[in-house]
Amino acid sequence: MGLLKIENGVAVNIEDIPLLTFDEFKDKILKFTKTGYVVQHFAVPCYGIKGDTTNNKNNNENNNKNKTSYKIYTVLRNDGGLYVISTIVGNSYESLSQYDIKFHMFEREIAEQFGIVPKNHPWLKPVRYHKNYTGNPDVFGNDYTMPIPGNYPFYEVEGEEIHQVAVGPVHAGIIEPGHFRFNCIGETILNLEIQHGYQHRGIEKQLITCKKKILPPLIESVAGDTVIGNSICFSEAIEGLCDYVANEPLLNYRRLLLEIERIANHIGTLGGLAGDVGYLPTASYYGRIRGDFLNMFVFICGNRFGRSSVQPFGVPFKLSDSHIVELIRRFEKLKKEVIDVGNLMLDNPEVLGRFDYTGMVDTETAKLIGLVGPAGRASGIEYDVRKSFSKAKNIYDRGIELVVRKDGAVSSRAKTYFYETLDSIEFCMGLLKVSDLKINSNNNSSNNNGNSKKLEEITLKPNSFIITMEEAWRGELSHCIITDENGNIIRYKIKDPSFHNWTALELAVRNEGIYDFPLCNKSFNLSYCGFDL
Amino acid sequence: MESIIYYILTVSLAPLFPAVIDKIKAVSVGKKGPSLFIKYYDLIRFLKKELVYSKSTTWIFRFAPLIIIITYLLALLFFPIAGEKPVISFNYDFIVVVYLFALSRFFLLLSSLNTASSFEGMGASREAFMSFLAEGSLFMTFILAVKLTGVPSLMGFLGNIGAQILWHQAGIFAIMSIIVIFMILIVENARKPIDDPDTHLELTMIHEVMILDNSGPDLGLMEFGSFLKFLFFGGVLSRLIFPVDYNIGALNYLIFIVGLFIVASALGLLESISVRYKLPRNTTFLISSFAIATLALIFSIGVK
Repeated sequence: MGLLKIENGVAVNIEDIPLLTFDEFKDKILKFTKTGYVVQHFAVPCYGIKGDTTNNKNNNENNNKNKTSYKIYTVLRNDGGLYVISTIVGNSYESLSQYDIKFHMFEREIAEQFGIVPKNHPWLKPVRYHKNYTGNPDVFGNDYTMPIPGNYPFYEVEGEEIHQVAVGPVHAGIIEPGHFRFNCIGETILNLEIQHGYQHRGIEKQLITCKKKILPPLIESVAGDTVIGNSICFSEAIEGLCDYVANEPLLNYRRLLLEIERIANHIGTLGGLAGDVGYLPTASYYGRIRGDFLNMFVFICGNRFGRSSVQPFGVPFKLSDSHIVELIRRFEKLKKEVIDVGNLMLDNPEVLGRFDYTGMVDTETAKLIGLVGPAGRASGIEYDVRKSFSKAKNIYDRGIELVVRKDGAVSSRAKTYFYETLDSIEFCMGLLKVSDLKINSNNNSSNNNGNSKKLEEITLKPNSFIITMEEAWRGELSHCIITDENGNIIRYKIKDPSFHNWTALELAVRNEGIYDFPLCNKSFNLSYCGFDL
Repeated sequence: MESIIYYILTVSLAPLFPAVIDKIKAVSVGKKGPSLFIKYYDLIRFLKKELVYSKSTTWIFRFAPLIIIITYLLALLFFPIAGEKPVISFNYDFIVVVYLFALSRFFLLLSSLNTASSFEGMGASREAFMSFLAEGSLFMTFILAVKLTGVPSLMGFLGNIGAQILWHQAGIFAIMSIIVIFMILIVENARKPIDDPDTHLELTMIHEVMILDNSGPDLGLMEFGSFLKFLFFGGVLSRLIFPVDYNIGALNYLIFIVGLFIVASALGLLESISVRYKLPRNTTFLISSFAIATLALIFSIGVK
């Protein structure tokens, strides 16, 4: 009895997942998270899962209570691997956040989605702004017929010289909507509270009810800048639930696209950082170069963000020899420009004067909140899904290095983005030159074997639990699917890396000047819509 | 009569120079950039738009743009354009000019506080702090000029004879004055590295954030006011750099305008390569300008 070790992208039977009483569950995971991290922590209403009722003690005692009990799944990770554990809770349970801050966002999300109260939660507020799925009384006492969200208390500092600044949700520029509440003394930020939910579209709800052929476009719309990352997680989850093993060319092809997405977005971030300190040369040239990388997607699949280029069981777009030659040519040309323009910025003392010692997140804090992705690596956390859990780990081992920086300032994040970009460019060129990317020929032959299936026709493994993870450009992205006894999806949980990292931004700007907030924000470059789902 | 013609001509050319800055910035990063007449189009566009007032504003907010534009227009009346006699001139008129600027700033601050926006409050606090430091440097430079030329008016030290005396007395003081005025020009016109006119980030803005709530013709007046402000400080620099007198009005005027273009281009170049300072570092920049001006004044004790 304890934690069940699982693999990324391999389905397990729900009944194999240990089901503990809440106290055991609490002790177990709190002990684990002292050194490990939370990947997923979410609730599923129990009446949907018939297979579980045998283990459900409450069920035997009181059948009526069945509807008001929920199963909480927690996926944890440490250096050793991935583990899953579950428990049953009623309408309330003792909050884990009071012992470990890593759970605070997850518990707020559960409270909002199902109306389950985490007792003694230190800061119980809605994550988004929507009615819960179950019809339970709302935990926060909100009236959701009101058109304007934002009806919740904010943390306040009082005093004669304290002033509050509210930024958003209507944002300057082209940033997505989000609300930032600052408590400042003069120019210094004492506390920042971030409140999202303005882009809530109910994606998790739609994913359960929609037709299967709608799934890929829906997944692609989770976050417009992480199309490939989300599609890879989705595709691998569906493939895992069908016992389909992706061959190496397919893995190569997907990772090539994922790295192009990473390069394009990292360059966009670096350009944005330059723009925020008013350094025109890098801001302008990186703006153009980002477009050049996005145009590679146009060249491959016809869409700037790579929509519909990654799908389960194969690829809809062929990568011919002439494509490969042209892509290599473009990479070679752009590589030089990326290096020159990046060095122009990172060697400029004035720029470094702005970046250094700004928005620092030390390793201790980063570990406490479970920071992921480039921001985590800039803060000294040695974690990259590509080097640990990824399905394509052996492909990545050939090219990608895990580089960790220490101080977690804006400059560290900028350098992490820059050197990861260069790493990815080299990796892509290696992939194009050496590796087998001829999927379509394989696919055509395997077409006869029935490997290329239509999504509508497939049946997923019943009573299964699967988690897929990949290092999207912001960090660890994970999708989790649970199916019922007929193989229908009863829970689809998506966790964007931003779910962990927004907290880091709140901490990074403490005691910084408010004029440096845009710079800190850009250095994390987190997702609003990926968070709001 | 001549001075009134110069005045009208120069004021109507004012929107040209900020466009030069934008053009140079665009060209420096490989873009085509807007037309040189873009600011005229902007002004026409603003005038065509309707006015929107926030509910929290009062009459101050509505009057401020008018007061601001009038004070700038008045201040320019004292300016010896191309070294010719200005429309109005009397002893110690530069004090009036400095406080006309202060008056316009006072109303700008009031109007921005009037909107009850937390951004604009922050912008007002920043602007008040910066301009209070800049004012000192400007006065120091004027005092130095008065001391060297012996004529206590703008005409006296920027007019055809005055500016030449400044150079002949001891060129180093003219050079120091040029540096100080250029620094003040950057601050007063909210240019990099002090402020970034192109940014869209309200939290980092100084000048731009104070006019966020102005719309339509009001915004147009505010913008035109800032063009006139550039004209004044750019004009001072132009006179200091080219203190020429060919006794032909048109030629003098041409050189004056060329000087303005050179100042605008220098600013454009600086903007294209510089990085914005962290806000607290702006103080260092301003104090440096004051220090240079004061040093120049101290050194000038021995002259004459």
